[in-house]
Amino acid sequence: MLIMRHELLLIAITVILLLVEIFLPAGKKERIITPAILLMLAVLILGFIPGPTGSLFGGMYQTTNLILMLKNILNIGAFIVMVQSVDWLRKPENNEKISEYYILLLSTLVGMQYMISSGDFLMFYLGLELATIPLAALAAFERFKEKSAEAGVKFIFSSALSSGILLYGLSMIYGTTGTLYFAEVGPAFTGTPLQVLGFIFFFAGMAFKISLVPFHLWTADVYEGAPINITSYLSVVSKGAAAFILTILLFTVFSKIALMWSNVLYIVIVLTITMGNLFAIRQQNLKRFLAFSSIAQAGFILLGIIGQSQYGMATVIYFVLVYIFSNLGAFGVVSIVSNRTGFESIKDYDGFYRTNPRLAMVMMLSLFSLAGIPPVAGFFGKFFLFAAAANHGLYILVLIAIINTIISLYYYLLVIKAMFLNRSDRPIQRIKSDFYTNLGLILCLVGIFAIGIVSAIFETINGLSFGLY
Amino acid sequence: MSFLLLFIVIPVLTTIGIFFSKTHMQVKWTAVIGMGCQLILAGTLIYLFLAARAAGNTAEILFSTDMVWYKNLNIHFFIGVDGVSVAMIGLTSIVIFAGIFASWDVTDLPREFFTSLILLAGGVFGFFISLDLFTLFLFYEIAVIPMYLLIGIWGSGPRHYSAMKLTLMLMGGSALIMLGLLGLYFNSAPGGGQLTFNIIQISKVTIPMAAQRFFFPFLFIGFGVLGALFPFHTWSPDGHASAPTAVSMLHAGVLMKLGGYGCYRVAVFLLPGAAHEMAWIFLILTTIGVVYGAFGAIWQKDLKYINAYSSVSHCSLVLFAVLMMNQTAMNGAIMQMISHGIMTALFFALIGMIYGRTHTRYINEMGGLMKVMPFLAVAYVIGGLASLGLPGFSGFVAEMTIFVGSFQHNDVFHRVCTILAVSSIVVTAVYILRVVGILLLGKIKNPEFNHITDGKWFDRISIVVLIIGITAIGMAPLWLSDMINNGLVPVMQRILLAGPVLH
Repeated sequence: MLIMRHELLLIAITVILLLVEIFLPAGKKERIITPAILLMLAVLILGFIPGPTGSLFGGMYQTTNLILMLKNILNIGAFIVMVQSVDWLRKPENNEKISEYYILLLSTLVGMQYMISSGDFLMFYLGLELATIPLAALAAFERFKEKSAEAGVKFIFSSALSSGILLYGLSMIYGTTGTLYFAEVGPAFTGTPLQVLGFIFFFAGMAFKISLVPFHLWTADVYEGAPINITSYLSVVSKGAAAFILTILLFTVFSKIALMWSNVLYIVIVLTITMGNLFAIRQQNLKRFLAFSSIAQAGFILLGIIGQSQYGMATVIYFVLVYIFSNLGAFGVVSIVSNRTGFESIKDYDGFYRTNPRLAMVMMLSLFSLAGIPPVAGFFGKFFLFAAAANHGLYILVLIAIINTIISLYYYLLVIKAMFLNRSDRPIQRIKSDFYTNLGLILCLVGIFAIGIVSAIFETINGLSFGLY
Repeated sequence: MSFLLLFIVIPVLTTIGIFFSKTHMQVKWTAVIGMGCQLILAGTLIYLFLAARAAGNTAEILFSTDMVWYKNLNIHFFIGVDGVSVAMIGLTSIVIFAGIFASWDVTDLPREFFTSLILLAGGVFGFFISLDLFTLFLFYEIAVIPMYLLIGIWGSGPRHYSAMKLTLMLMGGSALIMLGLLGLYFNSAPGGGQLTFNIIQISKVTIPMAAQRFFFPFLFIGFGVLGALFPFHTWSPDGHASAPTAVSMLHAGVLMKLGGYGCYRVAVFLLPGAAHEMAWIFLILTTIGVVYGAFGAIWQKDLKYINAYSSVSHCSLVLFAVLMMNQTAMNGAIMQMISHGIMTALFFALIGMIYGRTHTRYINEMGGLMKVMPFLAVAYVIGGLASLGLPGFSGFVAEMTIFVGSFQHNDVFHRVCTILAVSSIVVTAVYILRVVGILLLGKIKNPEFNHITDGKWFDRISIVVLIIGITAIGMAPLWLSDMINNGLVPVMQRILLAGPVLH
């Protein structure tokens, strides 16, 4: 029981919310917000309490201290998203669906946690689907908006396709190795042509989920259409979970063909970072802008994987942690502005600092963190990722990546330019943010500063990553 | 715990103080008090350093503190100073102190302005006291990034364009540096053992030549971008011309020195083998930079552009001297950094004050300013004379040392480079005297200029501080050059050990 405590706790609060929802009178659904957030906070804190680790169901489900920490990281991300969505949920058109929103969100989180805890491909696939299907519902959450519905449909189609590809790959792996358990697939995976083909299909399926180039085409449309808080959840928590399990699988199950997958990764990284950045430059809509920037960031995450070491694993986790806070900071500001004013384009942010200095500062620091400017955490995350790749001798790849950080700095500066440098006749009016918005943004700011300067966080992660590779 | 930590703590406290200040006046005075403390601290540091040396303390690094930051990567927060960094800290504290007074009349968002300015200065101080490559790089980027806001918000002319160009070029340079640092780190223990970012430790190992050849260009060009290495200097004229007064001062006076210092402390010091091999390539580039910058200045009509090109010329001379790789020239390089730092800060301060009164920076629209603002005009002449290397001012001491040093190479290549570089002094005289003649002497061209006033008290403080700096170095250069030499000895030993015996 205790081994599976993260998932069970989440399921428990999902059920509680479901029951409460039944008894809440119509029109008073808002009352569920505070209990939901408090419950999630409790789960988050309980998750940090050390407990037993091991495997269940004959090895289908496994957990280690590292995996527990990954779950905690996902919990943090989900918690911040829950806090940030309050302002949007209180709008009259969403008011009746508040508990649905939380229930769907928590179900996807449970799915992700099962996915990263899986000990065989069947469990992995179940978790993946549990994480995906409620997300499609969430993407179409604002069903009165055409774009949101479109996003939902696009998301479900592209995930169905990618799941199909992934399953096809898995069937080949099962066919050649005769098992689905990670522990048994690993030794049997010798790199025969069919196995390699299976791996390629599997990797393509995962690349869809993490939105790596050339499997990224669904990203921008879905991110633009979905409600902003769902977009941020998709780009941070969902992507982080997929990156975690991909890293774990590459390091354990597919370690015998590391030479091959590192070549694949090399090409994918260069494409992803470059394409993501070049497309981001041209975006005017902030949601699309952040979508492409998050594609590029996914490429950076892979840099740590290609480092192929304990240290590489640690940098991936660390970078995702940094990325959660930085991206949620940026999305948090975009979300509150969009909720209150409906503005989403970069041009609308002209003169934003003069009317909303605090929000502009949060946005600037988040963008700096995404771009990797010290003293905020993004700098440390990027530096360590580059070090992980350089440790493997991939200096040319690191150079390409570093040049790309400069390109990314350019478009992040475009937003900062709009907010700080440009003047506007009709700037966005002063926004009075409520308690939950402030809380969400303050959490992000604390994370952005603390994760870099407090070295203990990275050292803990590094210590736990031991033995994986 | 070393008191050097205060150099980072004070700027942080000052920004916090500014954040809580209510009025314009409070903001400014908080900044003055903070940077005044910094100036006093720098003075104390110089005194303590000289006293320690006089007492026979021959350790390479004084006042060092070493704290482990990231244990598994062996990243330390390692600070300490030698003669060279003490000199650079002195320079920084003078320029930032003068810069605060020079920006006394900033009215638009003053709190943000001074916060960014002091953040920048804090980055520079951190850079000069760091002896760990990671923290050094961290502070380097902290110093560069506020520039974007400073130029973009408070600048003039095509400020958005200049700010973006400057930031991207400098961050591009830092991208190269980052790769070079990673290269240094992973080659810092060729015989096995703990990898390190510690500059002193890396300097004691011999990095394999193949790695040196690969990484030296990254590091030298990376820092060279900030040090106005031709052809990567193009951010400098645009950036300086668009920046507000204090930012030009700080940027040309201090920030460009980060480039020269980085080339000296990281590129040449840690990769001396490759430096010896490749110096000729960069010597050609810096010689071009020296001459080109000087000629560029002749053609300009905008005062700020003149001074920006002149900075390119002078800063190229710093890199030129560093590449000569002998004790005398290196000493000249550091002296030139200090001298040019104060001198160019003086120029930019004066240009800002002149512009604030005449509302033009084009020299042919002005004339006879000596009659209406004698104080500022005389200060301008002093700055000009120092710039063209008149004995008695710091410029002479620095350039003399550089050329004596570079003439010690007796092969044709170095001689030709040196002679070309020396010729730039003549060109410098041309543009300086031309500007002084047109701007200050003669009749007053514009009748409106009859009503303009001379420097106010805050202008005068700023200028007097800087002029004291120039003349103090010019009149009594020996204590400074001894202090620098003191820091150079171990560095030079290592550099000479790695290369062919010169002269």
